Amino acid sequence: MLQSETAQKTVHNTILPLTLTGAIAKIRGKTIVGPINLTIGPQGFTIVMGPNGSGKTTLLRLMHGLQRISGGTVTCGLPDAQARVRQSYVFQTPIMMRRIVVDSIAYPLRLRGVDKKTARTKATDWAERVGLGHALDRPAPVLSGGEKQKLSLARALISGPDILFLDEPCANLDGRATREIETILRQAQAEGTRLVMATHDMGQARRLASDVVFMYGGCVHETGPATAFFSGPTTPQAAAFISGDIVE
Amino acid sequence: MNEITQGLAEAGRLIFSLDPDLLEIVALSLRVTLSAVVIASAIGLPLGAWLVVNRFRFRRHTIAVLNALMGLPPVVVGLVVYMLLSRAGPFGVLDLLFTPTAMIIAQVIIITPLIASISHQTIRDLWAEYHDLLISLSATRRQRIAALLWDGRRALLTAMLAGFGRGIGEVGAIMIVGGNIDHSTRVLTTAISLETGKGNFAFAMGLGFVLIALAVLVNLTIHSLSRTERASVW
Amino acid sequence: MNLKKTLAAVLAILVYGQIAMADDIRLAVTTSFHNSGLSDVLLPEIKADLDLEVKLLVVGTGQALRLGKAGDVDAILVHSRKAELAFLEGGFGTHRREIMFNDFVLIGPSADPAGIAGVKTAVEALQKIAGAKASFVSRGDDSGTHKKEAMLWQGVKGVGDVPTQGWYRAVGAGMGASLNTASGMNAYIMADRASWLKFGNKGDLTLLFSGDPVLFNQYAYLPVNPELHPHVKKELAVKLENWLAGPKAEKLISDYKIGGELLFTFNAK
Repeated sequence: MLQSETAQKTVHNTILPLTLTGAIAKIRGKTIVGPINLTIGPQGFTIVMGPNGSGKTTLLRLMHGLQRISGGTVTCGLPDAQARVRQSYVFQTPIMMRRIVVDSIAYPLRLRGVDKKTARTKATDWAERVGLGHALDRPAPVLSGGEKQKLSLARALISGPDILFLDEPCANLDGRATREIETILRQAQAEGTRLVMATHDMGQARRLASDVVFMYGGCVHETGPATAFFSGPTTPQAAAFISGDIVE
Repeated sequence: MNEITQGLAEAGRLIFSLDPDLLEIVALSLRVTLSAVVIASAIGLPLGAWLVVNRFRFRRHTIAVLNALMGLPPVVVGLVVYMLLSRAGPFGVLDLLFTPTAMIIAQVIIITPLIASISHQTIRDLWAEYHDLLISLSATRRQRIAALLWDGRRALLTAMLAGFGRGIGEVGAIMIVGGNIDHSTRVLTTAISLETGKGNFAFAMGLGFVLIALAVLVNLTIHSLSRTERASVW
Repeated sequence: MNLKKTLAAVLAILVYGQIAMADDIRLAVTTSFHNSGLSDVLLPEIKADLDLEVKLLVVGTGQALRLGKAGDVDAILVHSRKAELAFLEGGFGTHRREIMFNDFVLIGPSADPAGIAGVKTAVEALQKIAGAKASFVSRGDDSGTHKKEAMLWQGVKGVGDVPTQGWYRAVGAGMGASLNTASGMNAYIMADRASWLKFGNKGDLTLLFSGDPVLFNQYAYLPVNPELHPHVKKELAVKLENWLAGPKAEKLISDYKIGGELLFTFNAK
């Protein structure tokens, strides 16, 4: 008992592993995703891949609690509401509050009752870390696409989440912005944040993944360490996907 | 046509001579309607936001009723408030009838559904945009309402200005509960009504132009102070 | 934060409150009394003599009586004897004090299509209007003026108790609004002399008939019963009554003229 508590602390006080058991998501009575059995272990960078409509986004939302679960369980050792406080989520289309950059980044801290001055100081640090130090006072909605996604990252990381979900954060960005975001993600990983990211970009997946979840038809079709997945996929669909063929 | 130009001239004379009676009437008009707008906003804005972020059984019905109440006839409101505040009514002991307070109460009842309904529509759009983020950040219900009201503040000013417009131009209710008492409860609209009754069309028109000018002035002031025109982006 | 400044400004306006006033009393009066302009003459004198602020609620006789019944005013000054007596009978007022009278007049288009100028009695004039089917505007608001008019119509043959024909337009409005309507339609109308003389939108209308004693219009002052409504300002109501029936009021009322015409005849005893 005592031993397990100590063990958890060494893995930076984590809510992980996060386990899905027979998890199902239904929208208007129709099963969109599942049943899914999956464990997100305490460390690493999981890339979720798969063709459009295969359920990548729904899977991420299910794990984060944005999508109501219609069957099965998602467990992480804490009740749902408490678990979500220790998770963060970056959306494919950045959601920009009508505030200036520094206040947008500070917002999650403000929600947690941190006073305005402290929150702003921390937000300024984070803005500089993601390369938005020059834009502190600019309204968030008028930033460029890349800047918006960097703001989203800073806002997601400022609360020091145990796990960060990202839904194709670089889908609409150019190469340079994508590289900058990957750098931030690597740093976050180095600091102990567990990352789970959906992406369509094969190169990005190869660069970042420690393990891969391949979604197909709303189910986890194949999963395993990245090296194994990319060098020898076991299912024909995954193989076709990796080689760039159209997967029906 | 002649009477309209006379009315304009009369309005000019009233304004530039700083007629003390006019100033008193204008001050009371502003005091009554601005108080009503502030109180109605304190009720209507959170109510509008609350209706957006909460799902409950009769939500649709509540919103439909709210929209219908936007068209509440002021005269009926005036009559109901009169009967409530009358000495013979349940709140007679408060001795509020024929006071500015009574007029504010009547206007709050008229304006609140308008502000709640317009703000509900505005906030609904913002909520659609913020929904995932605020849920993801585990904002409490109260924090969600606060964020929506604060970030939508410039658009919500429009709702408040609509309430102001309805209040400042309203005559039916305040005539009944205020009584149009000289130096006590006379405001621009009731004064216009009185002068029309006397057949003093030019003077009534003059007051009417003052009323319009006042409404425009208040709108311009609020807009320039709040830079509402940028509301779409920021 | 400009928004905060705005809010502060708004609050500052709201904090600006009512200035405490000297003694005040609420008096419901008829539109005719107020529209005549007499109140503008009397009120400042009352303020000077008695240090009493009279808050006038200018309404129709019907509404004035209602306000008195509910105890929402301290006294009423109206002109409809029958309704006043019923008011006293119901115990809503302490007594009735006659103050002054004016008279009703018949107004109509200067061409006078019904030919009422020069007839002997008011009823005869109305009979001619009915006969010519000339447009006639009625207050139709249960006011003192309307009650008087309805009483006169009862003596007119061929129209029933109250005319319902198309030429008879009951507008349900105050004296001024009704006069505006009559002016717009170029119709006949019965009005009190004071309101007519002060009226600013005469158009083609002119005074065609007056002088029948039946048209005399007695104004009476009725304090609201303090036994029914303990909050009414009994002493102030008495003070005001004595002033209105006193020599100062007599002089002011008797001297009040518009265009050389006497509007009210003081007859308080």
